[in-house]
Amino acid sequence: MGWFSWKKKEKKPVEPPSAEELWTSCSACKGMLFKEEWIKAWKVCPICGFHEKLTARERINQLVDQKSFHEFDARITVSDPLKFKDDKGSYAEKAEQTKDKTGLKEAVITGRGKITDIRVVLAVMDFNFLGGSLGSGTGEKIFRAIEYALRHRMPLLIVSASGGARMHEGIISLMQMAKTSAALARLHEAGIPYISLLTNPTTGGVSASYAMLGDLNIAEPGALVGFAGRRVIEQTIKQKLPDEFQTAEYVRDHGFLDMVVPRKELRDTLGRLFRYLQNAKVE
Amino acid sequence: MYLDFEKPIEELENKIRDLSAIRESKPEVQSEIESLQKQLQEITRSIYERLTPWQTVQVARHPERPTIRDYIANLFTDFLECCGDRAFGDDPAICGGFATFEKFRVMAIGHQKGKTVEDNIRCNFGMARPEGYRKALRLMQLAAKFHLPVLTFIDTSGAFPGQDAEERGQAEAIARNLREMSRLPTPILCVVTGEGGSGGALGIGVGDRILMLGNAVYSVISPEGCASILWRDGSKAPEAAEALKITAPALLKLKVIDEIIPEPPGGAHRHPEGTMIAVRKALRKHLADLKGMSIKKLLNKRYEKYAKLGR
Ligand SMILES: [Zn+2]
Repeated sequence: MGWFSWKKKEKKPVEPPSAEELWTSCSACKGMLFKEEWIKAWKVCPICGFHEKLTARERINQLVDQKSFHEFDARITVSDPLKFKDDKGSYAEKAEQTKDKTGLKEAVITGRGKITDIRVVLAVMDFNFLGGSLGSGTGEKIFRAIEYALRHRMPLLIVSASGGARMHEGIISLMQMAKTSAALARLHEAGIPYISLLTNPTTGGVSASYAMLGDLNIAEPGALVGFAGRRVIEQTIKQKLPDEFQTAEYVRDHGFLDMVVPRKELRDTLGRLFRYLQNAKVE
Repeated sequence: MYLDFEKPIEELENKIRDLSAIRESKPEVQSEIESLQKQLQEITRSIYERLTPWQTVQVARHPERPTIRDYIANLFTDFLECCGDRAFGDDPAICGGFATFEKFRVMAIGHQKGKTVEDNIRCNFGMARPEGYRKALRLMQLAAKFHLPVLTFIDTSGAFPGQDAEERGQAEAIARNLREMSRLPTPILCVVTGEGGSGGALGIGVGDRILMLGNAVYSVISPEGCASILWRDGSKAPEAAEALKITAPALLKLKVIDEIIPEPPGGAHRHPEGTMIAVRKALRKHLADLKGMSIKKLLNKRYEKYAKLGR
């Protein structure tokens, strides 16, 4: 986190903070952002409202009540069932680099915590880890989180951020779609609430499995939500697609999302929704 | 139509045809024909024993390969096609209906590719839209209601990547099928007959047993797509096909499929009758197996099957 390190440095009398440490620019409107304020606003641009991607840790900090989060299965990591290699090297090496770079072991963090004092099970994806791709470790962690929710009859929140299934694990990645969906079927039969939060981007195999299977599907403003990629579609139909195609608002208007909720209202909205889903059960 | 690597087969078949044409006037060519036929058999076998993954992709996509229509005509009696998803329309890219397989009444569902250009356009080359997946689910649930086993035949390059398909919820339609198939209270037997193209294949591909024809392929992404992303060059598809492990033997090893249905040497496109015999045999065995199991046991085993994948 940039501004923590800057604060520390400020105590030393010598160097004033550099421009880089103080300022950044919005990746959508290119407007100048004062980093400290921007991070406090959970990386939402005050000028254009663009919702920058959050890491899984940032997302958990944003949504979960302080000190209430307990992580599950932190040791589950990528496996390499195909011994996959492309011309740039092996998947095993690439995965090691990604782990070092992100400090994560997989593209999802799972655990339990409280959202506005409601106990929930969470699975939060991180796009920085191989594009948030769904591999076998990702699928296994999500599968176990769902089973935990089932065993303890706790509501489930999955926060998706993913380009889809992970190519490097081939067919095993594809099967994670079926595996997670099978676990959700049991949760559904048990009458336990599941809210799916789709963040930028949620596409491919993730949108075509757990992300679209919430009792409620919610997205952040402007998030890319779809199955096939824009370029593939344009090549197939030989037409330009409208700019707003596959935005959260567009997908909501076509009937596949319940609501689009700005980041600053998310925690509160999730709490209110979970209360409705729980109260219905008690009555 | 001959594939690139089928050149030696083509040459021999041409020679045999030429000689056969003059056999009436020159009976002495008969022994040459016989020896050429022997050669042909050997060459065909040796080529098909050593197909590379990329060559297997070519065989799986062969335009003369049997389609759902051929399987229906050859394996079933009393087929009654049922149309529509009851919400938007009917998608000819997926065909489904009641069918009788030997002593079993079943629900048969599969991707539909055409044989002619017009036919292919009509069924969108087997690339289904959401209404196709929703029709499939409707028919599966109907089957479960009346205790009919479900047979699915998978052969698609993928779900249709179109604006309309996205707007009508391609992702949601596939996701729902995955969830509902995992708990459908009736046996589901899936056969990958040609191309198993990613989510579009899996959308009718969750079941108790997954069988695969010897030269079928099943992949998370097309070799071309993978090559253009990871190799940044679509022409590296053969390398990607190798790396992705998409052939039946590779998938059996990974425990994603349960059994390989062998194809006669030369492939299903060259020997559809032989292929039908092998498929019939496999269906008979697995249907009897699954029908003998209680629904509770069936569903638990189905769940465990997927739970174990990638663990
Ligand atoms: Zn901005």
